[in-house]
Amino acid sequence: MKVSVTRRQTLLTGAAAIVAAGFGLPSTPAHAANDLEELSKKFTGGKTPIAGKVKLDLPEIAENGNTVPMTVSVESPMTDQSYVSEVIVLADGNPRAGIATFRFSPASGVAEANTRIRLANTQNIVAIAKMNDGTFYTASKEVKVTIGGCGG
Amino acid sequence: MSTVKPRIKLDKKEAKKGDLVEVKALVAHVMETGQRKSADGKVIPRKILNKFTCTVNGKEVFSADFEPAVSANPYIQFKFRANESGPVVLTWIDDDGSKIVGEDSIKVL
Repeated sequence: MKVSVTRRQTLLTGAAAIVAAGFGLPSTPAHAANDLEELSKKFTGGKTPIAGKVKLDLPEIAENGNTVPMTVSVESPMTDQSYVSEVIVLADGNPRAGIATFRFSPASGVAEANTRIRLANTQNIVAIAKMNDGTFYTASKEVKVTIGGCGG
Repeated sequence: MSTVKPRIKLDKKEAKKGDLVEVKALVAHVMETGQRKSADGKVIPRKILNKFTCTVNGKEVFSADFEPAVSANPYIQFKFRANESGPVVLTWIDDDGSKIVGEDSIKVL
């Protein structure tokens, strides 16, 4: 008797563990939610950005996530009447979404900036541009990262 | 930190009015994210350059806010339209409030 109870308990524990694992998996997706939504809403003031005008230049595959070259550019005449005032760059798979914010003016001549960024794993990079007339444009690009850049 | 000397390169020393001038700058800095832990399990406090500005003859032409996701030894490349001659001053601001300043100049013909 004693033996069978122990076995039953063992089986139950095992079953519980399997169930827990089964439920556990969907709650930890590859892209854990970070503050991307929050930051983009804050930047646009709740407006939905239009896809286009923004160009993100990143490698398809980044071998080293510690330093990934990133260029963001926005189509604009950059005159006093029409220019890009701000561009925010966000990542959906880093511990925190924020990467950088670039501010331009007609004196910039062209809305283009390049820097090197850290990416923890394969993820999407999102850029949102704010025009001087209050409209927003966006673009995103997926980068596959071979070695993550969080150094842990 | 004031001893750090940034490397700055302008693609031209002289420009016609209205021409685009490209600036490339690199500065030595750890850009510690505040996410990493040392061997004894303590979180290494965040220390990054969080703001960058560029002025030409005293007028701001470009600025940026950096988050910890910007790589160590941050590199920045951007352009400005040559309107007037004068010093091109690049300033980085550290989390601790200190500044790193570098200077070059542009001559508008």
